[in-house]
Order: sequence, then structure tokens, then C-alpha cells
Amino acid sequence: MSTKNIEEKQYLLRFKCDTKSHLTVLDHDVCMTQCPDKICTVFCPAEVYKWEGTRMQVGYEGCHECGSCRIGCPYQNIKWEYPKGGHGIVFRLA
Amino acid sequence: MPEKFDVIVVGAGPAGTACALTCARAGLDVLLIERGEYPGSKNVMGGVLYRKQMEDLIPEFWKEAPLERPVIEQRFWVMDKESVASFGYKGLEWGVEPYNNFTVLRAKFDQWFAGKAVEAGALLINETVVTECLVENGKVIGVRTDRPNGEVLADVVVLADGVNSLLSKQLGFHKEFRPDEVALTVMEVINLSKDKINERFNLEDNQGCTIEIFGDSTKGNLGTAFLYTNKDSLNIGVGTTLSSMIKAKLKPYELLDYLKNHPMVKPLLAGGESAEYLAHLIPEGGYHSVPRVAGNGVVVVGDAAQLVNAIHREGSNMAMHSGLLAGESIIEAKNRGNFSESTLNIYRDKLHDSFIIKDLEKYKDAAHTFESYPQYFKEYLPMMNQAMSTFFTVDGTPKREKQKQIIKSVTAEKGRLRVLQDIYRAWKAVK
Repeated sequence: MSTKNIEEKQYLLRFKCDTKSHLTVLDHDVCMTQCPDKICTVFCPAEVYKWEGTRMQVGYEGCHECGSCRIGCPYQNIKWEYPKGGHGIVFRLA
Repeated sequence: MPEKFDVIVVGAGPAGTACALTCARAGLDVLLIERGEYPGSKNVMGGVLYRKQMEDLIPEFWKEAPLERPVIEQRFWVMDKESVASFGYKGLEWGVEPYNNFTVLRAKFDQWFAGKAVEAGALLINETVVTECLVENGKVIGVRTDRPNGEVLADVVVLADGVNSLLSKQLGFHKEFRPDEVALTVMEVINLSKDKINERFNLEDNQGCTIEIFGDSTKGNLGTAFLYTNKDSLNIGVGTTLSSMIKAKLKPYELLDYLKNHPMVKPLLAGGESAEYLAHLIPEGGYHSVPRVAGNGVVVVGDAAQLVNAIHREGSNMAMHSGLLAGESIIEAKNRGNFSESTLNIYRDKLHDSFIIKDLEKYKDAAHTFESYPQYFKEYLPMMNQAMSTFFTVDGTPKREKQKQIIKSVTAEKGRLRVLQDIYRAWKAVK
């Protein structure tokens, strides 16, 4: 079957998750008070970022490591590192 | 005391592997460091590999490399909501040696390619992140990795760490990229039987087709979509500049699903089964975004140096060629026993003398023009469809009258002068 939504797409992937997040929201207050759009929750291709009323939930386990959030955050509020060697997403095809 | 190599290459993608291979063949001690489980496990590409630059590294590679199909047809679609204006070229000369380009699946291809560097003598270490360059007296002398006692020294460090290149940013070679300098692209690999692909795309077994799709594929935003044929799967993807994505508040995976369900695309995918979903950034800032590429004991290659020609979907070939040029320069530096910036600028000069910088220079204003003047993607592409529809619909109107109608419909909204300005500006951006 062809996927119809992001959950089905993410389900196709293999991840070797680290126990520690490689993505850090530096200041949740910035998201709360200065960023009405919370645009990272829109453009992130893996729906890693979810706003939970008072803080940004970061589902780093499903991250594609593309870097969009680091470049696209209007407040440079995301610390972005690579997952530990051998961890994170494992593309098997393309 | 940390171990010392002649060359450390950070990243086993096309650029890094090309450089490692070139240096290893010349007898240099090369360490190739890859952060993924295997080369290719972090790498994403729409799927077109050009023959020429690969052949310069490995003659007749098509006889043994894991390729999908040689591309014999390249189509270009200007798509509107319920129509497509299409043109393209199909030539059987592309289906025989030496070929023009191939579709590939990168996870397989990159492993094979890195294996060639290993055969030539390079040492490949997977599952290792380089966290920073070691700098002493203004010279890069090695790298620190995330392994215990993970410091390694070298005469030259090659940064092939991809579009995000945290390492060249750390060295101050470039600032953080702006959202209009990168394109966010998502794609799916969709399994479909060989027979169905051959029927739907009018191909034989060992023939491939690529379709670049403009217009409604990005909902009029600056970007493109693509549909490429593998042996028994299709790669379908879509991307826009990150700035367009932000401005239009687009969810990339929703844009991909919109494309997959578009009436012009859907029948081609029918019955297919999604096998993988991938997201990646493409450096599309072009000429103006290329950072410093050489310093004392360090060079930058491939996506890390932003070497992508977005207009011609060329990137991996530029990556390979930049890796080759960097390798040649390092060999020369080794002969001179001098790895200073002035020596390694041989690489910068080679890059500028090659098709890479020349092509980037040709299109240096293209991205900026099309980003600043959205009418090209938002207005002119739909107009092209309307014009074709008007011209080819037989309704008793004389053709000269139809031509007048078409020109009038274009100039009525904007005025003749504005249209001429738009045409001139677009021509200037790509001439």
C-alpha cells in the first residue's frame, strides 16, 4: 500500500535510537511567548516537534537529521547535533 | 599519542569517497570516517547519477556498480491542477555505452563506492561522529570523534560532512545558512513491478525515465518534484526552499501526498507499495553560498561546500568531481610537503577552473530571482497550461485569433510592459 499520512511514512523507517536526544530546545519560554506560529511543528518532515500547551515536545527518535529545524527556527532556539555514531535514522534504500 | 594519517576524510558520501579513493590510489594513508551504520545510511538523493564524473574515478563502473536503470528519457512537466504541459527528450544513444546517467538507490550505491576506496587502501571507520576539528596555531591538525580517546591527527582534513557541515561552520568558513539557501525535500520509494513500470513509462527492461515536475507539484512555490524509475520501484519526491515552506506553512509530507494523489501522477503509482520515506536538505544557495573551501590543513568538498546546480539537478556529480580535485591537490601538497592554505588553494583554483564553479556562476542569480518574484511559479506556469489548452482545443476559432486571445490573456492582467520585464529578468537569471 502507498502511505497516506506521516505516521504510515515514519513506520517504514528503521531507527537505532540513542537514549539521549540530539535535539534540544534551548528555551521553552521563547516558543511560548515569542513564537505564535511554532513553525517547526509545521515544516519538520518527521513531525518531531509537537507543542503541548506550555512546552515543545521533541520526538527526536523519529528525526531524519535533515537540519531544517536548526536553520528554520526563527529564534535560533534549537541546538542541533548529530546522534551518537551509528545511531539515529538508518536509510536502507535511497 | 593519537594516531596520524596523511588524510582524514569526514563523511563517506560521493565527495568524501571520491577524495579518499583518489588519495589512497596515490599511496597516501587515508582514514575515511562515516557517522552512519554504513556509507549511504544517512544519505539521500532523488536518484540520478551522472556517468561522466563517476567514470573519471572508476572507468566502466556501470559494469559492476549497483545501478538501477540507464536514463533514456527525460521529461519535464509544467503541471496545473488538472492538466500538464509536457516536453522532453528520449534517445536510444543514452541506453548504450557510455550512457549519460543512471537512476540509483544510494544506500546500495554508496556502500559499493566506499568499498572501492577501501580496496584502494583507505581505512573506513563507520558509526563515528567527528565532533570538531583540532586546531593548533591556526592550522587544522586532526579531528576529535565521539569515540573514547577519539583524537586522530592528519596533515589534511577533508570536510565532506554534507549539507549541514557543522564542521566548516565551526571553523568560521560560513555562517549558518538562511532558509532560502536550502531546499527541504521529501521522497518515497514505491515498489512496483518491473512490467508495470515498463508499460506505464513506455520502457524496456534496461531503460529508465525521469520526470521533473514544476508548478502545481509544489502548489506554485519555488521548487520541483520528481518521479524516477528504478528497476522495480519508483522514487517520487518534492521539495521547495525551506523559506517557501515556512512562508506557505506547508507540511512537506502533505505536499508529497498531494503530489501522489494528483490526477496526472496517481495512475503512474497505482498499486505501488511504499517502501521508504526520506527527508533531506539540498544546498541550493548556489554561487553566492559557496563558503571558503580551503584553509591551513583543511579543504571542503561536495554538499558541505554547497556545490549543487539546482536548475540542472546536478549535485552528486559535482560532489565526486570536487572530491577528485581535492584529492589531486592533496597529492600535490604532499609532494611539496606543505599543507598550508596557499598550497591547498590549488583545490580552490581547480574548482574555479572546472565546470562546477562555472555552472554555479552562470545561475548565480536564478534562485534569488525566482524567490523574489513568485509570479514565475505562481502565475506563468498555470498560464502555460491555459495557453496550450486554448491553442489545441478545436472550437472553430481561427488560430491567429487564438494566438491573440492567448497573448491578451497574459498581458491583460499584468500589462505588456510588466510581462516584457518579467521575461527579460528570467532570461538574465539563466543566460
